[in-house]
Amino acid sequence: MLLSALLLLPLVGAFAIMAFVRGNEEDAGKEARYIALFTTLVTFGVSLLLWAGFDPASAEFQFVEKRSWFVGLNISYELGIDGISLFMVLLTTLLMPICILCSWESITTRTRAFMVNFLILESMVIGVFCALDAIMFYLFFEGMLIPMYLIIGVWGGKNRVYAAYKFFLYTLAGSVLFLVAIIYMYLQFGTTSIPEFIKQAPNLPLDVQKWLWLAMFASFAVKVPMWPVHTWLPDAHVQAPTAGSVILAGILLKMGAYGFLRFSLPMLPEASHHYTWLIYTLSIIAVIYTSLVALAQTDMKKLIAYSSVAHMGFVTIGIFTMNMQGLQGAMIQMISHGLVSGALFLCVGVLYDRMHTREIANYGGVVNVMPKYALYFMFFTMASVGLPATSGFVGEFLILVGAFKASTWVAFFAATGVVLGASYMLWLYRRVMFGEINNEEVRRMSDITTREVVIFIPLVLLVLWIGLYPKPYLHAMDASLANLIKQTQVTSEKP
Amino acid sequence: MMGDITSSSFVVMLPEIYLCITAMFLLIYGVYRKSEAYPFMWLAVIVLAFTAYMALCRHTGDATVMNGMFTVSAFTLFAKLMVIGAAVLVLLLSSEWLSVRGRPFEFVVLILFAVLGMLLMISANDLLSFYMALEMSSLALYVLASFNRDNAKSSEAGLKYFVLGALASGMLLFGMSLVYGFAGTTGFDELSKLFTDTEGAVSKGVVIGMVLIIIGFCFKLSAVPFHMWTPDVYEGAPTPVTAFFATAPKIAAIALFARVLFGPFAELHDQWQQVVVAASILSMLTGALAAIMQTNIKRLLAYSSIGHVGFMLMALAAGSQAGVQAMLIYIGVYIFMSAGMFGCVLLMKRGGHAVEEIKDLSGLAQTHPALALAIAVFMFSMAGIPPLAGFFGKFYVIMAAVQANLLFLALVGVLASVIGCFYYLKVVKIMYFDEPAGDFDKVAARMLPAGILVSAAFTFFFFLLPSPLIEQAKIAASALVH
Repeated sequence: MLLSALLLLPLVGAFAIMAFVRGNEEDAGKEARYIALFTTLVTFGVSLLLWAGFDPASAEFQFVEKRSWFVGLNISYELGIDGISLFMVLLTTLLMPICILCSWESITTRTRAFMVNFLILESMVIGVFCALDAIMFYLFFEGMLIPMYLIIGVWGGKNRVYAAYKFFLYTLAGSVLFLVAIIYMYLQFGTTSIPEFIKQAPNLPLDVQKWLWLAMFASFAVKVPMWPVHTWLPDAHVQAPTAGSVILAGILLKMGAYGFLRFSLPMLPEASHHYTWLIYTLSIIAVIYTSLVALAQTDMKKLIAYSSVAHMGFVTIGIFTMNMQGLQGAMIQMISHGLVSGALFLCVGVLYDRMHTREIANYGGVVNVMPKYALYFMFFTMASVGLPATSGFVGEFLILVGAFKASTWVAFFAATGVVLGASYMLWLYRRVMFGEINNEEVRRMSDITTREVVIFIPLVLLVLWIGLYPKPYLHAMDASLANLIKQTQVTSEKP
Repeated sequence: MMGDITSSSFVVMLPEIYLCITAMFLLIYGVYRKSEAYPFMWLAVIVLAFTAYMALCRHTGDATVMNGMFTVSAFTLFAKLMVIGAAVLVLLLSSEWLSVRGRPFEFVVLILFAVLGMLLMISANDLLSFYMALEMSSLALYVLASFNRDNAKSSEAGLKYFVLGALASGMLLFGMSLVYGFAGTTGFDELSKLFTDTEGAVSKGVVIGMVLIIIGFCFKLSAVPFHMWTPDVYEGAPTPVTAFFATAPKIAAIALFARVLFGPFAELHDQWQQVVVAASILSMLTGALAAIMQTNIKRLLAYSSIGHVGFMLMALAAGSQAGVQAMLIYIGVYIFMSAGMFGCVLLMKRGGHAVEEIKDLSGLAQTHPALALAIAVFMFSMAGIPPLAGFFGKFYVIMAAVQANLLFLALVGVLASVIGCFYYLKVVKIMYFDEPAGDFDKVAARMLPAGILVSAAFTFFFFLLPSPLIEQAKIAASALVH
């Protein structure tokens, strides 16, 4: 029941806003904000219950719910989580109230609609991570395009229409192939249950596996996004309102990686081994090439967007090492990237709210007027670079260890990405924060408010917690990851 | 032959007979009492509801009567209920338009006669009764298309539809005569038996005749390459008529198409499959690509309906029970999306005049949030975005195609739906992202918003309770394909 509650709570909040909040923009907006904040906080609380009740020793799906849905087709309403999806759900429910808070003052037009869209989005994202039925997964995976399209298109920046279209059509084009793959598997096995797929799909002949794998890859690679289908991401990130960027970077990108973990690896292990070289190649290109691209950016948000592509390149390398360290690293890196890149977008949002520009050249010397802000920005820059004691370090380190086990060259190239990452982030920080104040408007900026501090504090604490003591996290996901590794190995030894 | 005409054969035809007699009564009544819109519309709705009720209650199983001319089965029942449902929905949506206009009763009566023709079409079991029924509904439709007779565009639409429709009828008739000439019979059952006995080995004349019949259907369904009339007729005809054109006749035509393909020509599956696949691919791609350039919302919907027909044909091309089931589900979903969307177009009025440009919808989300939401639901549903109803329609169709090893066709279908997404998104973009272009008029009639609400609610909440439609479609499909 807990998972259904988690799915429904945001919808209830959205409905409450639609049904009961009336009046002029100002009052209605205020009410809508409070309802949305309350709803997301309650949802977060419920998701903590999930963690409390989660049995880390078991690799099985937990909190499973199953009801019949499409009777004739044997498609059911099936929910459940394991050590992998647990953290994705937690990340989602954590970032949502933060997003609501950060749009507290920056979203002033059509606030009600914004909050409704956000809550619906939350429900869909939770659905993606909890679904144990491939059709349900697909429903949420695609359905979340609608609220995201509206969020980018209505509340976005100057070029928002182009960005919204690009985001929608890219993602859709990839996903429809995934749908065909699901249908094919359904016709083979007579069910769309993910656990059943995991049991039966590895027995498919390698040729079929390859096609299915590529169809899924088309969908997940766009979402991650991997080079060369990453081009929607800089546009979408830059044009989306701050909260939208946070959700895009923090959560939506993880859906692609989650897809690899939930579908590609356990269902099609042979094909996954077969195409590992493809993932490695694309990921390394992503890590190195997009890092270089990031160096050349003049727009802060775009820079961070490209850094996301590079960081997600690490994640895909980690996933396809298919060993314990690599997978653990990928998971930690996903959580860490969700927190850190979300926080970095928030940092940019703080500046944008005051200056209404994202051009790096318009800033400089901000540290003089916003010392408190400089501290937080510094912290998240370091976390993004992967400084020891931050979550980024744990993730990148584990991935590199895993990559070394799999292939020295992959590890070598990935490591260069770490260096490049440090250079573009530190350079960004230097250009924005240090130096002389050349722009008079910078002088008039005020330091961060209590609301903004409230947003940053939990993120800082979590980044430090994972960086210093990742054991609770690793402990909860170990059994599931070990099980996943077993699933990828058993069949590779098959005669 | 199936035996003589007895009283029980009239019982089987009771819904059609009832509809025929009441429609004639309404015609006479209307001529003598030039009464207002409302009573007539409601009378017609009641008559149609009764017809549906009779069809439902009288349905005790399969029966073929009138010397094999007329047949009923679970499949015909399903299709008939769909046609009647679509007609009722359109009548409700047109209430506002009727009350503004002066001579409503002809409209209502013409719709009733068109529906009668369609019901007979669905049940036709002989090439002759098939042709007669088709012409009966077509005649009523020609008049409806030019219903705004003092409007040049409407007259043009009527004429265009008539000329091209006549051409299609000619092809159809030529095809039928070829089939009759080479097979020696016009009855569906006899033809089916004949082809089964020869195990699909037939003379070329029959195949040519069959292809000509398929072409006739493609005209009626506005499948590419026989779709030229659709955008002009959709644009020129009054909007309620367009809403009717987009739903009921399409359902009747595709239902009869399915019956012809899976009845007499079932054994010729290999021959007709290629034709249907080709028409399906062309329709889906044309519908998706041509719609991008449109600025008029009715023309846009015309191309969109061509794309939808492509999907229905894909389901038929699968040639299986799952395919027919998918087609019926698609129809069921399509009626609500399409009728609801035209209802929204009917609400687009400024200063007493209907506006039909897509850009007139600018900023609708701010001036009419509820209407904008409804249109957005229809658009996303037509684009096939889950969890809206349109997705499930496409899902079943693609599944049937994959099952029938038509993987290429399925891939073209999903590709076309991605391309098609672009123009559906354009409508949403104009409503939600652009600045308001001004208010629409207030609408007095309550039935129109209610009709839209019902359609939107069905489209939106379909995923909560999909089983009834899907199960009924399955029963209907199993009655047609064994």
